[in-house]
Amino acid sequence: MADRIIELKNIRKSFDGETVLDGIDLYIRRREFLTLLGPSGCGKTTMLRIIAGFETADSGDLLFEGQRINDVPPYKRRVNTVFQRYSLFPHMNVFDNVAFGLNIKKMGKAEIARRVAAMLEMVGLAGYEKRQPESLSGGQQQRVAIARALVNEPEVLLLDEPLAALDLKMRKEMQLELKRMQQQLGITFIFVTHDQEEALTMSDTIVVMSRGQIQQIGTPVDIYNEPANAFVADFIGESNLLEGVMEKDYLCRFAGYSFPCLDKGFMKNEEVEIVVRPEDVDIVAPEKGMIVCTVRSIVFMGVHYEIMLEGADGMLWKVHTTDPVEPGAVVGLYLDPDAIHVMKSSDEPLASEQEEMAALEEEEDEG
Amino acid sequence: MKRSAYAYPYLLWMALFIVVPLAIVLFYALTDTVDGRLIFTLENFSAAFDPAYVKVFLRSLWMAALATVICLAIGYPLALVLSSRHFKAGKLLLMLVVIPMWMNFLLRTYAWINLLSDNGIIMKALQFFGVENLSLLYNQTAVIVGLVYNFLPFMVLPIYTSLIKIEPNLYEAAGDLGANSFMSFLKVTLPLSVPGIVSGITMTFMPAITSFAVSRLMGGGLVTMYGELIENQFYFMRDWHFGATLSIVMMVLVLISAVLTRNNKNKEGGMLW
Ligand SMILES: Nc1ncnc2c1ncn2[C@@H]1O[C@H](COP(=O)(O)OP(=O)(O)O)[C@@H](O)[C@H]1O
Ligand SMILES: [Mg+2]
Repeated sequence: MADRIIELKNIRKSFDGETVLDGIDLYIRRREFLTLLGPSGCGKTTMLRIIAGFETADSGDLLFEGQRINDVPPYKRRVNTVFQRYSLFPHMNVFDNVAFGLNIKKMGKAEIARRVAAMLEMVGLAGYEKRQPESLSGGQQQRVAIARALVNEPEVLLLDEPLAALDLKMRKEMQLELKRMQQQLGITFIFVTHDQEEALTMSDTIVVMSRGQIQQIGTPVDIYNEPANAFVADFIGESNLLEGVMEKDYLCRFAGYSFPCLDKGFMKNEEVEIVVRPEDVDIVAPEKGMIVCTVRSIVFMGVHYEIMLEGADGMLWKVHTTDPVEPGAVVGLYLDPDAIHVMKSSDEPLASEQEEMAALEEEEDEG
Repeated sequence: MKRSAYAYPYLLWMALFIVVPLAIVLFYALTDTVDGRLIFTLENFSAAFDPAYVKVFLRSLWMAALATVICLAIGYPLALVLSSRHFKAGKLLLMLVVIPMWMNFLLRTYAWINLLSDNGIIMKALQFFGVENLSLLYNQTAVIVGLVYNFLPFMVLPIYTSLIKIEPNLYEAAGDLGANSFMSFLKVTLPLSVPGIVSGITMTFMPAITSFAVSRLMGGGLVTMYGELIENQFYFMRDWHFGATLSIVMMVLVLISAVLTRNNKNKEGGMLW
């Protein structure tokens, strides 16, 4: 318990009658890099804003080191935020932006100068003290925002999609740097993103959210290898999603065949969902395969080929492999028991389905 | 620098309506009519610095400055409230501040005279409560009230505009960094609204110091302001030469104060000229 720095207990929040957070239970450990991951609109920002104090939960408790802080105003909380759109003070130069929090605390001039210099050094902006924010690139502004928050030595740093506006190369660089800073300073990071790859590379713990609810909490490896439901499997990485039944422990049935698997503890003939990662499927000769398929398309992706195949039942399979095959060829698919992940059925719509639903609603509103 | 051909009509316009009139004013100021003959002279200028006129000028300066300060003291908090995001009726109330600007200047002033006159409701109410021997009109206070009322919207609007432009995120950032609402006001709101304050001051002070209608109508000739002095030269004294001289003195002084207020690095907020 002692290492739980922040705890959310049954946090609920709605805006104009629309539920945005639907009973969030979560604890965050000291020094952990925790990522809130989910499609746009799932409530990540709202959750972060509740932790920062810019929004208050309708119900539930927010604990900081065991103390309830629901009603503590933002300026008294020992957390700092890196805002998505930087929010640098346009009337102050880089030095004054970074020094803002220390000035508020009435720290001595010399001490402020020392700390600001050290922080700018750490984010790679030494010598930029006198520059105005608008004269900096997006990436540099982002660094100033990070320095401005970290110079206050917060217990927890909140980052709301801090890298979303950067180009790919810059983003990769900042991912590594943020991770380095977090380890160097030993601060808890709560990081928000809708980019699953970013979440997988940076986090100690990932919290996958959908429509205001937590779908799964786990390490990146857990989340990728053992997705709790079809939503998570679909959202994290690429996958073949199938419906099936659990015939008995270690044996499941889908696509018209029975497969040995590593899962147990389901009811007999319980309906389940199966996820098979494209890189876990082996393409073999038709007579050696468990499923016979026809190759529909093959695309070179840089490191691997993405091959789409169609089974006798019309099911489309996506396979990633380094060995090319001819379109139109008839091949077999072989699935190792550990390639098959069995999950309880959930009615959580997939992210793509949620987007479609949202688009439909919008059309209705307009029409 | 290459000037676009489109600039020429504008230059012509400027020449016609700014340079030529100014030249005429200057011509009148530097001449006098003696026995029906035009002579060049600097006497108008030395007369303009007669202590009596300097006194009127200083009074105008003082009254315009006071009116501006009062406008700022009322206008800034007002703009602050109107621009608050939590204040849903802000836009509507801003309209109420602005609408009087659409009304004729004299009409507004007469309305005030009506209110403040000895038979007006305010006096009637005061008399009802036993306040006697008080006059609300035809003194310096009345002129100040008139100036403040007439120019308040010109103070509120630019300040409101600069406040509404401040990103709400910045307040959250300030709060996040430990600033309570007072510190947040001091370090974010106030500095970011300086352009609005500067143009508000300019847009209030300039017309206030040059105005003649308010002081004549509400000062009743007892509290003369410089603008009124000039008007008197043209309309009642029929001395165009001296009127022109006084105009030039005022123009130069206004120009100096304009340059002084313009000399801030923030170019935002919109200026009067
Ligand atoms: N202040 C607000 N007023 C009304 N609705 C809001 C407000 N903030 C967020 N929402 C709504 O709450 C939902 C979740 O938003 P948000 O937490 O920003 O999601 P995310 O950050 O995961 O994209 C969205 O549907 C959004 O429109
Ligand atoms: Mg968001």
